[in-house]
This record gives sequence, structure tokens and C-alpha cells, in this order.
Amino acid sequence: MNSTIVSFLLKYEICQHLLELMGGNGTLFSILIYTTAALAIVGLCATIGGLGTYAERKISADIQMRMGPNRVGPYGILQFLADGVKMMSKEDIAPNTADRFLFYLAPMLALTGVFATLAVFPFSEAFTLTDLNVGVFYLVAISSLVGVGVFLGGYASNSKWSMLGGMRGASQIISYEIPVTLSILAITLLAGGMSFGGIISKQQGLPINWFLFHNPFAFIAFFVYFVGALAETNRAPFDLPEAESELVSGYHTEYTGMRFGFFALAEYIEVFVVSGVCVALFLGGYNLPFHFEVDFFPIQLVQATIFITKCLLLYYVVIWVRWTFPRLRVDQLMAICWKYLTPIAIFNLVGCAVWMVVFNGRSLAQLIFGGH
Amino acid sequence: MTSLQIDGLMPIVIFMLAAVVMFWGGHFLSVLLSPRKPNSRKSTPYECGEEPVGTAWSAFNVRFYVVGLIFIIFDVESVLMFPVASIFNELNNAGEGVYILLVFLSFISVLLEGIAYCWKKGDLDWVKSFQISSQDAVTKPEAK
Repeated sequence: MNSTIVSFLLKYEICQHLLELMGGNGTLFSILIYTTAALAIVGLCATIGGLGTYAERKISADIQMRMGPNRVGPYGILQFLADGVKMMSKEDIAPNTADRFLFYLAPMLALTGVFATLAVFPFSEAFTLTDLNVGVFYLVAISSLVGVGVFLGGYASNSKWSMLGGMRGASQIISYEIPVTLSILAITLLAGGMSFGGIISKQQGLPINWFLFHNPFAFIAFFVYFVGALAETNRAPFDLPEAESELVSGYHTEYTGMRFGFFALAEYIEVFVVSGVCVALFLGGYNLPFHFEVDFFPIQLVQATIFITKCLLLYYVVIWVRWTFPRLRVDQLMAICWKYLTPIAIFNLVGCAVWMVVFNGRSLAQLIFGGH
Repeated sequence: MTSLQIDGLMPIVIFMLAAVVMFWGGHFLSVLLSPRKPNSRKSTPYECGEEPVGTAWSAFNVRFYVVGLIFIIFDVESVLMFPVASIFNELNNAGEGVYILLVFLSFISVLLEGIAYCWKKGDLDWVKSFQISSQDAVTKPEAK
């Protein structure tokens, strides 16, 4: 069941005309559709990532009772464009002792890893570019490229600060992948599949049907996932790889100009991706409380709006957390991951499995209000 | 069927290409726009204004390696659990619930055993393993 965007669009006459215009070449047609959609999604996510930097500065300013950026554009909203122009016009410096090849490769890997996750990102029922049957698994796997990018960036710079940051980043990202994967595993178990479409279709209806409220274990799994995801994106309070008061700037100390910009962009888009996964797995994804026919086009837009709104709300929480909690120590970081989150995640997994067998797959809401 | 599968994988390639194109495009733009005045001071690695001492590619703390090892064990085990988790519901509905649960639990108990062993050995303990190594450093010269 690969309900991709191509099969959705082919229901419309205009797309069928387009297909005929191409001589009925299905591959060429899907390449065209995918490329257009990919450009749109990349544009959207780059804008969200850019506005994320603005939102971060504005919200942090609000929390610290400052004004924040307010010069470029109304309320300073064009600040991210000005930042982009500034980054582009900065001189590009690479340390002479650095490993040039890896130094150039690292930000590209981070960016590739983040963009590749967008391919399975479920914006709406039809605007999922590809609904892989191993969707969540693929996402977890491919987003590890970001960790490789972080580590290589730190290693290739041949600077001690970068090296420390890269090492910390690598160990942190791989460690926190375990609780995150185990929490996702619990949801896979509840949904009985790894595709985003399948998982989201199991959460139709009112919020009480979300996997967040499926059973108490899933409820805890949500928080385990969220904390782990924060750490995986190197966000405060887990921003040890780039701890500015300890490591100057961590793994991107030696990066200037556009290459630093791509690291930052990758990080901000990754926060969006992580909130998106959270929304899809636990918070009902793009589901509306009411049932509509999928073919009706504006519904897709409504679904996408709902999905992005939920993502942005989580994005806000991520920023809020960053400016509220102080940074952890390295030993606390490892202790939280291995001694608390991992055992809790395993406990949740076992709990979910037992729940499924004991209550025959029914959720808490179904037990209380009846239903199958 | 195969064409559909390839069709489903195409966006991934396109997105990866988009990242590569965006990276080199941005790089190209920055080459056009940015000044280029290299000098030897600028291209030294940053070390708080001092001359860099040695290289950063030296022996590094072994604890990171231990974390990597533990990670690989757990990651492989969680990967192995994904197929079981996907068909868990199906088997449960088919009335095989208790059986699959027992299989699942026995596998997880191996995982738990692994984490308990690492915990007991002190490999999950960042500071403790540091103390052990510093004690070794103190006692060794005396032994000589």
C-alpha cells in the first residue's frame, strides 16, 4: 500500500493530461511530481528552519525580558534572511591542518541526513511523498547520518575544541538513539506496522484515540521519546557537543560562513522533523476529528495545516525547554540515558506488549467507553 | 510490483540530491560573494588565541569507545525486535498472543541482562570508570 502523492494526483484529469503529454511515461511523470514536491517541501522546511532561528531568538528574548531582533522587517521577522546573506558574504576559512575532504563532507552529510528524512514525512494523507512500509525504521536509520556529520565535522577540523565537541556529539547521539528507538518500537508494536500512513490511520478520531493515550506505557514512552529526541538534535539542556561556555562552539568551531549555516539549518530542520515524528507517532498526526473523503482536495490542505501546526507547537516546547533548563554535565547526560531512559523505555516496551495481550489490543479509551 | 517499490524509493534519492545541490549551490554563491584574503594566522585552528600545540588527532578517552560498543549491542538488538513488533498485533489477533509475548519477553530479558551486566561492571558510570583509571595511574608507579 504505497499511497504516494503520484497515485493521488493521477485521480485528477489535469495530471492525466500531463501524463499523456509526456507520452505516457510513468517514470518521467513521477520524477517530475517528486521533484516539484521535493522542492516545495525543502523550501517549506528551509523557511521553517530559518524562521525557527528567528523564533528561537524572539522567544528567548521574551523569556529573558529583552526585545530580541526587531530591526529587519516588521518585528524583525526578516532577520533570518539577513543572517543568510551575512553568512554567504563571510569569508570561507578552513584550518590549514584540517582534513579538507572530510571538512567539506561533514555539513553536507548532516544536511543530506535531515533532507532524506523528509521523504517519508507525513504532511497529509496524500502529501506523503512516499509511504514506505518501513517508514519509521528508515527515518531512524537515515537520521543517523546527522550524527556522522557532527562527528566528522569535529574530527576533520583538527582543532581540540572541535574534536571534543565531535566526540561528545557522537557518543550522545548514538546513546540517546537507544531510548528513542525503543519508544518507537513500542508504538510499532501498538500500531502493528512501521509505515507512517498505517500508524496515523490507527489514531483516527478524537484525541483520546491518539497513541499518547492508548495506555499508560505509551504515555510514558512519549516523554522518553521527546527527551531522547531533544538530546539527539543536540538541543539544550543536552547541547554538550556545542556547549559555548565549555567548548567555544563545539564541533563547528572551525566552520565559517555558509558551511556553518548549513550545520545550523540542518539542526533547526531536524528539530522540526523530530517534532513531526512525535506528532505522527503519538499525537494523531494529520488526523481530523471527523471523517472526510480523502479525494476532496482542500481536506489535504487542512490536514497538512493541522500537522504543521502540531509540529510547530512542539517546536515551541523545544525552544521553551532550551531557555528554561540549565545544561547537564557529561556524566549526568550518560547516566540519564543509560540508567534512566533506557530501562524505562524497555519497561514501556514490555508494558505495551503485555497490555496488547491482556486487553486484546484495546486502548484505554476503548476499555472505558466500549468499542472493539 | 518492483516498479512501484522503485517508485517509492525515488523521493529519497531526490531529497538527497536536493541536499547536495543546495550545499554546493550555497557554497558557489558564497564563493562569488565572499572576500578571499587568506593568511597564515587565519587558517590556524582556534585555540583561544594561542599557537596551537600539537594536533587534535591524538589518543582520546577510551570511555567514548565503550559507549560506542554498548550502543552497537543495543542497536542491533532493537533492530532485531522491529519485525517482531510489526507482526505482534497480527499474531495476537490470531490467538497466538501469549506465545509471541513469551518469545518477545525472553528476547528482551537478554537485552536486560546485557544492560545489567554493563551497569554492574561500571561501564555505564562515567565518573566511576574515570576514578578506576586514575587509581591505576597512582598505583602503577609504586609497583615499579
